[in-house]
Amino acid sequence: MSERFINPAISAVPPSAIRKFFDTASTMKDAISLGVGEPDFVTPFPMRNAAIDSLLDGETQYTTNYGIMPLREEISRYLKERFHVGYNPHSEVLVTVGASEAIDIALRAILSPGDEVLIPEPCYISYQACTRFAGGVPVQVHTMAKDAFELDAKDLESCITPHSKVILLSYPSNPTGAVLPREKLEAVARVAMKHDLFVICDEIYSELTYDGFSQVSMASLPGMWERTMTISGFSKAFAMTGFRLGYLCAPKAFTSAAAKIHQYTIMCASRQSQVAAWYALKRGRETGYEDIARMRESYNQRRRLMLKAFRDMGLECFEPKGAFYMFPSISKTGLSSDTFCDRLLQEKAVVCVPGSAFGDSGKGHIRCCYATGTDRLREAFERIAAFLETI
Amino acid sequence: MNGTKQQILEILSEDCRTPLEQIATMTGQSLVEVAQHIEELERDQIILRYRPIINWDKAERQRVEAMIEVRVTPQRDFGFDAVAKRIYRFSEVKSLYLMSGNYDLLILVEAPTLKELAQFVSERLSPLETVTGTATSFVLKRYKQDGVVFEDSGEDNRLAVSP
Repeated sequence: MSERFINPAISAVPPSAIRKFFDTASTMKDAISLGVGEPDFVTPFPMRNAAIDSLLDGETQYTTNYGIMPLREEISRYLKERFHVGYNPHSEVLVTVGASEAIDIALRAILSPGDEVLIPEPCYISYQACTRFAGGVPVQVHTMAKDAFELDAKDLESCITPHSKVILLSYPSNPTGAVLPREKLEAVARVAMKHDLFVICDEIYSELTYDGFSQVSMASLPGMWERTMTISGFSKAFAMTGFRLGYLCAPKAFTSAAAKIHQYTIMCASRQSQVAAWYALKRGRETGYEDIARMRESYNQRRRLMLKAFRDMGLECFEPKGAFYMFPSISKTGLSSDTFCDRLLQEKAVVCVPGSAFGDSGKGHIRCCYATGTDRLREAFERIAAFLETI
Repeated sequence: MNGTKQQILEILSEDCRTPLEQIATMTGQSLVEVAQHIEELERDQIILRYRPIINWDKAERQRVEAMIEVRVTPQRDFGFDAVAKRIYRFSEVKSLYLMSGNYDLLILVEAPTLKELAQFVSERLSPLETVTGTATSFVLKRYKQDGVVFEDSGEDNRLAVSP
């Protein structure tokens, strides 16, 4: 019965490979999870309070489709000050329900059926699926551990066909933690201009970089602003995942195309989330982004701890300079990343996400999130080390 | 103070039993450097002591705690410091602060029984010639101390796996 009615294009997209780990892990009591994709900080109190105040003030109505003006103004100012990209808050900033919605409507606004989207892999799980939902064709561009998972412009160029339309770029990367240095980003920009491609940049982790690496925004490079959509949000840097708030910025024509979809499907993001996010940016600006600096330093300490632990265990692991993930290779165990994670969960109650969930390039790796208390991390390292002994 | 020392203080204030090697890894310093930093912090009396936070109610030890607001007459040439010194020498005094506002000193005292605590106030503290008045409030329950919530479930509200 269902076969007759469900859209075959949707049926063809497999469910997220993360799902089955979730189902098993949630039944285990003493499991330690390195499988999360969010900060272990609670949203700083002032932002929570801003949302509460907004409710107490009776702000329970719709907002404009694009989002409340004070928030758009702060976003515009923030991107200018922190990442040197200018967007007009009146027409080039769209507030969305998380960066997730922004990715979806960005792809839908740009793609026609059959258009190809070049996606460096391993990558966030929704890129291929959203591309397909939008009628596009995802094209994998492999990146490798030996290159610190940095996208090589030549590899990118070799995947271009007459149908190529978009490069979907996301650095710092989930799941690898890789960053893309300026010169490599510039090389990607040259390819985009040479082949007249559009770039969708998911910069959700751009505040979380370490050891002096500073993120360069694609849209800040000469000639790129015109052909780039910048997507980001409040989940990671501001520890506001449950607020579901993100944004999409691009030249007016692109923003209004995306806004059209947003207008008909979402109408507007939650008003309280918008107020909390507005306050997050205002407070950040006034305090020199001290909340972010504090959280970043804490992640960095744990990043070093995890890197050393994996290397001490004899697992090959490149040093990630961004996000809060580590992506060690488990290929020397002879197990597939899926089997490795399955057995690690069953035998030692530690949750990691198999690299294969993030595309073929992730095979032989596992994603481990270090945004967890150091006590729990130490316990997890002991369990993983003990597990490795048994293989 | 340099940034590394600040980081070390943060880590130790969270858990003062963090192994040196782990602190070294977390701060990106060598073991020797970390040990030296800590030695300096101790020498400069920035780190004074390493102590656990104990929920004494669970440890079944009888004790009574009170906050005492004290009004005093500051002494010529010594201000409040000399009075404070007189008071903090009593072993019952666990903490002592000079305050702004309606009174001068705030004392946290601890004694095995209510009677002994009352004796401290009436026989030792009040008779001091510089003390002009006291107001004692007993601690009924401790919910949080030094940033630690006593009956926190410590639950992680995050999903075990998320993308």
